[in-house]
Amino acid sequence: MEFFKQFAVPNPTPTIYLSMVAIGLTLIAVLAGITYFKKWGYLWREWLTTVDHKRIGIMYLISALLMLFRGGVDALMMRAQTSRPGNELLSAAEYNEIFTTHGVVMIFFMAMAFITALMNFAVPLQIGARDVAYPRLNALSFWLYFMGAMLFNISFVIGGSPSSGWTSYFPLAGNQLSEHVGTNYYMIALQIAGLGTLITGINFIVTIFKMRAKGMTLMKMPLFTWSALITNLLIVFAFPVLTVALAMGTMDRLFGTHFFTIDNGGMAMLWANFFWVWGHPEVYILVLPAFGIYSEVISTFSKRNLYGYTSMVVAIVVISTLAFLVWVHHFFTMGQGAFVNSIFSITTMAIAIPTGIKIFNWLFTMWKGKIQFTVPMLYSIGFIPIFTIGGVTGVMLGIASADYQYHNTMFLVAHFHLVIIPGVVFAMIAGMTYWWPKMFGFMLNERIGRWAFWNIAIGTCLAFFPMFIAGLDGQARRMYTYSEVAGFGVWNLLSFFGGLGLAMGFILIVYNVYYSARYASRDIGDDPWDARTLEWATRTPVPEYNFAVEPEVNTREPFWDSKYEGEKLFKEKITDIHMPNNSGQPFIMSSFFFVLGFGLVFSLWLLVYIAAAGIAVLLFYRSFEKDDGRHIHEEDVRETEREMGGDTR
Amino acid sequence: MNIDHSKPLEYSTETNDLNIIGFWVFIGAEIALFATLFAAYFILEGRVADGPSAGHLFVISTLMIQTFVLLTSSFTIGLAVNAMRVGRKGATIGFLIITLILGLGFVGVEIYEFYEYVHEGLTLQTSAFSAALFTLLGTHGAHVSFGLFWGIAIIIQLAKRGFTPRTANKTFIFSLYWHFLDVVWIFIFSFVYLKGMM
Amino acid sequence: MNKKWLFSGLLLSVILFLGGCEPVTVLDPKGPQAALLKDVIMISIWTMLFVVVVVFVLLIYILVKYRSTKTASDYRPPIIKGNIWVEITTIGIPVLIIVFLSFVSVQSTYQAESVPEGFKDQEPMVIYASSSNWKWHFSYPEQDIETLNYLYIPTDRPIEFRLYSFDAISSFWIPQLGGQKYAMTGMLTKLNLAATEEAEMWGRNSNFSGEGFAEQTFNVNAVSQGEFNEWVEEVQETAEPIDEETFDELLEPGHLGQKTFTGTHLEFDPAPEEHGDHGDMNKEEMNEEDMEHSEH
Repeated sequence: MEFFKQFAVPNPTPTIYLSMVAIGLTLIAVLAGITYFKKWGYLWREWLTTVDHKRIGIMYLISALLMLFRGGVDALMMRAQTSRPGNELLSAAEYNEIFTTHGVVMIFFMAMAFITALMNFAVPLQIGARDVAYPRLNALSFWLYFMGAMLFNISFVIGGSPSSGWTSYFPLAGNQLSEHVGTNYYMIALQIAGLGTLITGINFIVTIFKMRAKGMTLMKMPLFTWSALITNLLIVFAFPVLTVALAMGTMDRLFGTHFFTIDNGGMAMLWANFFWVWGHPEVYILVLPAFGIYSEVISTFSKRNLYGYTSMVVAIVVISTLAFLVWVHHFFTMGQGAFVNSIFSITTMAIAIPTGIKIFNWLFTMWKGKIQFTVPMLYSIGFIPIFTIGGVTGVMLGIASADYQYHNTMFLVAHFHLVIIPGVVFAMIAGMTYWWPKMFGFMLNERIGRWAFWNIAIGTCLAFFPMFIAGLDGQARRMYTYSEVAGFGVWNLLSFFGGLGLAMGFILIVYNVYYSARYASRDIGDDPWDARTLEWATRTPVPEYNFAVEPEVNTREPFWDSKYEGEKLFKEKITDIHMPNNSGQPFIMSSFFFVLGFGLVFSLWLLVYIAAAGIAVLLFYRSFEKDDGRHIHEEDVRETEREMGGDTR
Repeated sequence: MNIDHSKPLEYSTETNDLNIIGFWVFIGAEIALFATLFAAYFILEGRVADGPSAGHLFVISTLMIQTFVLLTSSFTIGLAVNAMRVGRKGATIGFLIITLILGLGFVGVEIYEFYEYVHEGLTLQTSAFSAALFTLLGTHGAHVSFGLFWGIAIIIQLAKRGFTPRTANKTFIFSLYWHFLDVVWIFIFSFVYLKGMM
Repeated sequence: MNKKWLFSGLLLSVILFLGGCEPVTVLDPKGPQAALLKDVIMISIWTMLFVVVVVFVLLIYILVKYRSTKTASDYRPPIIKGNIWVEITTIGIPVLIIVFLSFVSVQSTYQAESVPEGFKDQEPMVIYASSSNWKWHFSYPEQDIETLNYLYIPTDRPIEFRLYSFDAISSFWIPQLGGQKYAMTGMLTKLNLAATEEAEMWGRNSNFSGEGFAEQTFNVNAVSQGEFNEWVEEVQETAEPIDEETFDELLEPGHLGQKTFTGTHLEFDPAPEEHGDHGDMNKEEMNEEDMEHSEH
């Protein structure tokens, strides 16, 4: 009995028990459903073992959407709790868990997965490649992320969620002040998912550097690919810092070391520094791919080439460099003195310059264009004004002295949500809608999509603009309640309504998926948007080998020029195509990582040893494996091409 | 698989080329990792609480043995790659075995050294300094230990399969890894031990 | 229409809290530091509003003019790679704005970190503010008294708060007097404030510190020097002395309301040093060091 007590949640409430039942029932229903419809074989062969970048992208996308809903429910509960003064919907302990998981889930498991989903799907197609450089590592990346996300999410019902904020500042997150296992989950689940992200980073850097179509020089790459390249460089140099910080935090909690403790020389400020040395580049890891998507979408639906391509690329590179030089602005108030703060204040505000260039370039891309208000374009246009407000308030926060008044208040919360929602979420929905026909062979309904957009755009403004005022009125962030005399009530109530609008928008998106899957036309051709880049030059949906013949490229917009300027993309004949084999190893190895993580969270060492041994055995097995992939024969390729389009070239 | 005979065997296929470049990128990430560990060590160096400090602990003899052993192993793995270039399988395997034995010696001395530290009253839990020191040295040592197992796997494959584009590629990448650990050690030698003893 | 709606919404909210009947806390200063920060905030709002207006106007103009329904069906947009003058403008103007704001930022940051303008000739009154979950302990070494969760301060005298924490990182913030600063373990931070008006204000820990965080607030009474002296006298006469045992009980996590003591906990539990390392410097040495600091 003692043994099982450690798995109990520290603050049990009816909600949590209900969720346990709901999770259990859903799990049983899913497993029973798969068994009933005899889909286990299909699931294993086509998805769990796949190494196809497109399928991995789709799995990332589904996971990201699921996590969006988990994080979104957290957000709604927070807004509901603070919607009126002295509300007793949630206790302080529950509220703390909820805002912590909201942040972690949204950043690590929603946003990161979403950008990885779109990079996975679109980047190899945009550069005319058949897959990524290391298809099997790519599958490993996904499954590590997935297992990390699952490990983090079960904390809710087994042992308790972390409750010291997504930044997990020590000593608050240390053993002394956070006794239950929640923070262990945080440290270890992020470590596992982070490992997956690092592998993605390496994989995509090599893919983009080495696997571009013939003739595609770096300065002819589509901007989304450029942004993916820089993002992955940021990942490779920023994530190891998080790895070390998490390892140190884990050791403090599990082995009693004194990195960040109050006594024996520990230094809590070191965690804050490491966290933000990773954390600020992380912001750009998320937002740069979004910028890439906007560049593609705005150019496509203005029917114009991208204005200022070179300056766009330079801007991305400058932003990524500055990203490593601004971390102190997350704690101007730590007492490092006016000199240090001044320097970091200037570097912070300097980021506004390349970002501003990008905004103007998008505006000038629409200039003299022929603007079509499709759903992806609506998100891109909505992004500009909302992001501008989020951005200029960022400059305001970058003024160190004024930050002494904004820091830790709702003003800050408003700022980063108004950056990250238009800067990441809008872009992800835009990108998803834009590439959806390539992924699934049908288009999402435009009318429902527009309704969703307006709900989300207005919801965002309504949810976060009032927070600027609440912040200036002195409402600190992360307060689970406030008194009536404080006067924050009206602003928080407005925010709650905004949150409802956002929720409505996301429900509409789900409905749109269902509706379009049922009713949308499958006869959409290969290029439904009249687009400009290579991913539209192949079939819809994309065959597993991507391109029957590897394209050759002479211009920045090869597909557009092949349609309207008579450029020839495919010059060679169809030959046998070499493809990698599927493998169950990534899934199995990641499952071992899950067990390893669970064992570490509860210090169940036997479990840890078994899982570690399993991982070691798999590594050895992989080392000795002879796997040279397989070939798709020329006739089969011709056959597929004939079925899909008629032209066999 | 297309084998390009104009290039060295380890670079001769597209996959091999990708693997080597990918490993360089991975080393970039490793540099960031060790840089962070060094940063933590420098910041926490003076925070010894009630435990012994760096100057109190470091001994020149074990340090010299470790340095000598690891630098020599870097040389012998260079010889192994050289032997591979001229197609001498026996010599390649021989030099790899010598490399691994030296690596094992390094790890052995490091374990002995840790044992001594514990004896002196410096455990992982003593102070922020001890945690940072053990983590930095331990991460490097764990890399070397991992390399031992990796090396064994490669030796077996070389013995069984001879030089193929794949085994050559693995041997070459392993040598990159080993040289990298040597470079990290030079930094540890200079900025942890020498600085601590001065 | 989206843009117009957003724009008017923004303008409305700006007007609401600029010209509204009751100013928001941060923009209702009662001392020179908060007044300085208010000015900085207003400068930055107006500068940024200019940027926002430019972007919004351009966006609306372009969207109205170049929407596909307005253009001819055979219109084919031109290829425009870029224009050097346009790019110089779109880089140059932001650079000028950032240079201007950097100037404002650096100057005001140095000001906010030092003794407030106009009070430089006065010896600041030192108050130690230390946080423990989820309380604030205020020690007045000069007056030899200690309070819990409330502050009395004299107006027109600079006050140097010396901040540290017994557990979680906290942030000491009285928005109507000035910006916040962290209170941490093992390190002392300093915050220079002053009140120029008699007022009752609130202050709080603004940095999340666990379950009782929301209620970790305190009252601030800025009163005239005479009234302050009266209060000190009254405390000396009526309050109980603080001792180690009582203080250790106070440190237990929880909320305790307001309390008053004579003596300070610094006598048996001294504050950490200003810079970094844990030292076991004794109190005399520390005071000497502090004296040197205040001379600069």
